[in-house]
Amino acid sequence: MKILLMGNPNVGKSVLFSRLTCTRTIASNYPGTTVGFTRGYLKLGEAQVEIIDVPGTYTLEPTSKAEQIAAEMLKEGDLVIDVVDATNLERNLNLTLQLLERPVPVIVALNMWDDVHHRGINIDVARLEELLGVPVVPTVGVTGQGIRELVSRLLEAAAPQVIYSSSDERWAKIGDFVSQVQSLSHRHHTWREVLEDASNHPAGGAAIALLVLVVTFFVIRLIGEGIINYVTDPLFNWLWTPLLMKLSFALGSGGFWHNILVGRLINGEIDYFQSLGLLSTGLYIEFGVVVPYIFAFYLVLGILEDVGYLPRLAVLMDTLMHRLGLHGYAIIPTILGFECNVPAVMATRILESRRERFIAATLISIGVPCAALQAMIIGLVGQQGMQYVAIVYGSLFVSWIIIGLILNHTVKGFSPELIMEIPPYRFPPWRVVGEKLWLRVSSFIKEALPIVLGAVLVVNILYTVGIFDFMANIAAPIVSGLFGLPKETVVALAIGFLRKDVAVGMLAPLGLTAKQLVISTTVLAMSFPCVATFVVLARELGARDMLKATGIMIAAALIVGSLLNLIM
Amino acid sequence: MSQETQLTLGRMEAGQTGTIIQILGGRGLTQRLKALGIRPGKKVTKISSMLFRGPVTLRVNHTQVALGFGMANKILIEIDKSA
Repeated sequence: MKILLMGNPNVGKSVLFSRLTCTRTIASNYPGTTVGFTRGYLKLGEAQVEIIDVPGTYTLEPTSKAEQIAAEMLKEGDLVIDVVDATNLERNLNLTLQLLERPVPVIVALNMWDDVHHRGINIDVARLEELLGVPVVPTVGVTGQGIRELVSRLLEAAAPQVIYSSSDERWAKIGDFVSQVQSLSHRHHTWREVLEDASNHPAGGAAIALLVLVVTFFVIRLIGEGIINYVTDPLFNWLWTPLLMKLSFALGSGGFWHNILVGRLINGEIDYFQSLGLLSTGLYIEFGVVVPYIFAFYLVLGILEDVGYLPRLAVLMDTLMHRLGLHGYAIIPTILGFECNVPAVMATRILESRRERFIAATLISIGVPCAALQAMIIGLVGQQGMQYVAIVYGSLFVSWIIIGLILNHTVKGFSPELIMEIPPYRFPPWRVVGEKLWLRVSSFIKEALPIVLGAVLVVNILYTVGIFDFMANIAAPIVSGLFGLPKETVVALAIGFLRKDVAVGMLAPLGLTAKQLVISTTVLAMSFPCVATFVVLARELGARDMLKATGIMIAAALIVGSLLNLIM
Repeated sequence: MSQETQLTLGRMEAGQTGTIIQILGGRGLTQRLKALGIRPGKKVTKISSMLFRGPVTLRVNHTQVALGFGMANKILIEIDKSA
């Protein structure tokens, strides 16, 4: 049996999905979090049933690609759980009544039930159930309230198949239903709403955006540095180094396995940036530098997503984004790119036109460094002074704007206007924030660790065999001539294709000046995306557009690198 | 006594409430707006508009929706002005 979870965007389908299936999925507070569909399983009595989390849709008469997917998936379902935002009954019932026309049995989950009372809304659930002719169960996804009742009544789902001749007739019916079951009581503005109104106002919105930006950056840095200084560095220095030295001694302080595992000893000591062993440099880059910042980024950005700030940022940025051939909504995938470019490129699916998806994905790959890369930039370039970090970010931001302006004039097609629902501010329980953070950080470690270790191994072997000198000599004219970098940086730039964080790590032992560090990290951030991003770009844009995007990236990196070399 | 005036959502002032009279657009636009609960006969309150012909935010029922300036100008509103 196949059960579909359907409903309007941002009504909490993914949260309910996690509750029902006990699998963990990413949920956020903006419409369009789920762009693909997720499957999970629920034990119903003796049987194992499949549950599918369908992307949100307002209607079964599709107006966008995501809605089309939802409408098509309906054909495969044996039962539909229609998730309804109880605070927004009228609009949600439009989809419900459309579902009730179909021959598939439906049960309604009246979600966000806890929010109803805060908003002074009273809903007569029994009456609604009677009017619709299908079971209606109030639920609260984030706390799990009502889930058990929902499951126990699943098989009561019915298919009344009431068909309306026109959408106007359907809307009239909805109006009738709502007036019968819902009553509103007056209540005062809550401080949430005061905050909501402030961020909608142009000046208030800009001030809040600036504040959010500054606070975000400082909190991320504070948490990242804090973990490094008080947790990971002490662990590595006091616990891991002595162990590694014992291993080094046991392996005879040299030889093939010593070089692979421990790496080279620098003055008889392990140097976590230069030794290049799997257990030294490999583990240190992952756990000693990158993971603390991954934790910080995912925590802070995760909260921003859940609170519902991003759609407001989209409205604020809409006018600027139109200059770049996009509309405000594109800011959401862009912000996600600061965590990792892979989900960011996938999130460009929420944009309507192919042109917008191309521009957004290209701009993300060029101008938005992922959390792992930022960790290394802040760690390495930051040693020379934060003003140099600012130059790297500034160069990326300016390139992002300029390339956007150019693409807007050169890429054919038009960009539609913004139309989006602005969710209310919500403050997720800490447990929910924690679960999401854990899910993301652990999947980052699982996915990144093998590639980081692989990259370190490749570098190590290439070093030993001496291929680096060969590569360095070939690429020397570009790297030294244009960028003013020593030819050894070629290796780091090439490794950037595997993993950008390891690549920046490779720059550490070269003794670069501040200027050279700024240039090399900027070029690294802008040029080729990492392998993983490369693959999604090809999948989302098609091979031809992916190559086009890559061409733009290389050209941009060459130009910006040379310019920085001339100006600084 | 109440006095009524008609204008587009784009030209409404922030804080004003009115009733949608007509959507001056094609079927596609009408359908998309309808799906979000924006249709003739609904009461809407304009919350704000961004500078430089930026998007307009409005409240319809209990939801806030942001619309591009062009779309906002295709929505004809009758202002409720109580004297």
